Amino acid sequence: MAGPINWLSQVASVTKFGLLGIPQRRGSVAAAVIGIAGVVGVLIGVLSMAVGFQRAMRASASADAAIILRSGADSEMVSGFALDETKVISDAPGLARNAQGSMASAELFVIIDLLKRSTGTRANVPLRGVGPAAFGVRDHLKIEKGRAFGWGRNEVIVGVGAAQEFAGLEVGSTLKVGRQEWPVVGTFSAGGGTAESELWTDATVLQEAYHRGTSFQSVYAKLSSPAAFLQFKDSLTSDPRLNVKVLRQAEYYAEQSTVLSTLITTLGYLVASLMAIGAVFGALNTMYSSVSARTREIATLRALGFGAGAVVVSVMLESVALALAGGVLGAGIAYLACNGFHTATVNWQSFSQVTFAFTVTPFLLAQGIVWATIIGLVGGLLPALRAARLPIAAALREL
Amino acid sequence: MSFAHLVWSNLKRKKLRTLLTVLSVTIAFVLFGLLSSIKQALTGGVSLEGANRLVVQHKVSIIQLLPVSYKARMERIPGVAAATHQTWFGGYYQDRKYFFMQNPVVPEEFLEMHPELILPPEQKQAWLRTRTGAIVGRKTAERFHWKLGDRVPIQTPIWTKSDGSTAWDFDVVGIFDGKEKTDDTMSFFFHYDYFDEGRARGKGEVGWFTIRVKDPAQAAAVAKLVDQEFENSAEETRTEPEGAFLQAWVKQIGNIALMTAAILGAVFFTILLVTGNTMSQAVRERTGELGVLKAIGFTNGRVMALVLAESCVLAALGGVLGLGCACILVPALAKPLSTMLPMFFFPVRDLLAGSGICLALGVVTGVFPALQAMRLRVADALRRM
Repeated sequence: MAGPINWLSQVASVTKFGLLGIPQRRGSVAAAVIGIAGVVGVLIGVLSMAVGFQRAMRASASADAAIILRSGADSEMVSGFALDETKVISDAPGLARNAQGSMASAELFVIIDLLKRSTGTRANVPLRGVGPAAFGVRDHLKIEKGRAFGWGRNEVIVGVGAAQEFAGLEVGSTLKVGRQEWPVVGTFSAGGGTAESELWTDATVLQEAYHRGTSFQSVYAKLSSPAAFLQFKDSLTSDPRLNVKVLRQAEYYAEQSTVLSTLITTLGYLVASLMAIGAVFGALNTMYSSVSARTREIATLRALGFGAGAVVVSVMLESVALALAGGVLGAGIAYLACNGFHTATVNWQSFSQVTFAFTVTPFLLAQGIVWATIIGLVGGLLPALRAARLPIAAALREL
Repeated sequence: MSFAHLVWSNLKRKKLRTLLTVLSVTIAFVLFGLLSSIKQALTGGVSLEGANRLVVQHKVSIIQLLPVSYKARMERIPGVAAATHQTWFGGYYQDRKYFFMQNPVVPEEFLEMHPELILPPEQKQAWLRTRTGAIVGRKTAERFHWKLGDRVPIQTPIWTKSDGSTAWDFDVVGIFDGKEKTDDTMSFFFHYDYFDEGRARGKGEVGWFTIRVKDPAQAAAVAKLVDQEFENSAEETRTEPEGAFLQAWVKQIGNIALMTAAILGAVFFTILLVTGNTMSQAVRERTGELGVLKAIGFTNGRVMALVLAESCVLAALGGVLGLGCACILVPALAKPLSTMLPMFFFPVRDLLAGSGICLALGVVTGVFPALQAMRLRVADALRRM
């Protein structure tokens, strides 16, 4: 037992030497630590954007939620139904039902131009006409301020994301769209989902305003159970009166968010990898200078009988400790600067804005720390080997 | 010993440290090149030819259509030289994943409006003759391996034909290039007549108009007149310069400029620290030597210049290497990225900006150690030896 304990105490004393020397080398140590903090910060910051966007898209969809579009349409924008088709859909088996009838909301989806606060330029904001079942079909839907719009009236309610990102949507103000005026009577939240980016009104009112007759674009439905999906889907797709495609909402939103989140994630890793290489150079610089500043001490310890292994391990430990400090710093900055940062981007599939908040998850933080550790290990290895290989006699002669 | 030689031997004094510092500066500039190219890919595409063009869209949203009859009314407005229209077709070839824009246009008017598109004369004639003819930008033609004479089916979820089908056939009769690198060569244009006759609904309605004004200085006034012309009609308009119209599209994505600036800020702040640290270490180690130089007659100014020159050489080495790597790397990445970022290239403007930043980096990292070296008193420095 004496061997390993002795070895450990050797590691501990060499490491202590290194760490105590840090104040004398604070410039070079700070450069390495901040370099690593930069890598971790950028990595987490960029990835939190992708995570936030995906969350917004996926929070919308519970397992028992389905969306029905015209066959061949890949978004609501290009889909279309006549009134009698939506009636056939809402009679289909597998739908959840309540006192008011089946849980299917036939909806209309148009776009209006509003000014985006962050850029001062106009953006495509979705204006959705919904049916009475809409509030039950979506989970977590809640009026936050004001009240719901009145059925049959030219009134809108505004998702909390939209209210924050776009100008002119305060409760009590009036939205002018073309020659129509729409008083804003309330705001609503939807558990972080895409509905929060939208403006809602009564579908029949919107049909009139947009000269759409009695046509709709999509049907949002809640199933009696997640397992009822297949039965529901088969009954609709085999119905000769209909030409539709039926999707779980989760699939629908996943399809819409894949392109953008892949793009952001790829760019994030690319930039962070390059920065990591730069940070490795910084760490190498710092650790080499740490080793060379202690040439004599290390040589003395070796002459006293300390093993080469202990020296390698202790230099690596020092390097990893600095890297971890950088990692924690970077993760902290990224968390403070990015988490909850609200923004909006365009979803090209639906041709409209989606608001979302950057989300720093524990997984991202852990990923940042892992990156920092790897940079520390790589940056410490070569200087550690150099320290271990120091010719003892020559180093002591320098005294 | 010449001045340059002194600088060089100082850099060689700790080869490893110099190498590592140069490499970190290199990485910073490679990143600079990549991020500039990404920003270019996301925000670029504004043609220089567009200065005298206005775009007229429906006031409520671009998805609302305008009557084709507006063209004649626009052309009667003083200051308007010509007007023509386009419509969003929203189709895809084989796979929805491969996005490119296809718009029905009136060929003669369209080509006259867009002199930045270069189409060989015989292909132009062929297009004017062929009702189902289409011209396609070089990039898209290459992506799908289309050749002149190919018949290509385009599916569109928006425009159903009168017979209920959603597949439209086109003959590729021309492949166009752009005058500038930033000109769009992704798009696909075909005859409006063929489109209008074929579509089941929306006949006589178009997406937006492009106007050429007689005098670019009057563009804002003309835009106002156009919007006034259609005020209080069922379909009101919004008219703005083409550049602003395109910028608004780009800004729909978000504040890209701010984001790239934030990342680059983090990168350069780090590099500033790394290089600055190297320089101050170098000066600290050499206090004695600098004292000797002064003792043998180097002026304060020369000593300062010596240190500054050293930091500038470090930055310049890294900058040239990094920007050089970016110039090689970006074109190499352009191909694999072409489906996601078709306009991915390293703009000359940013290359120049990069050189400027490189110089600034050299000066900023060198200035404090240089001042320190300048203020050094000979007696103090020699005592420390």
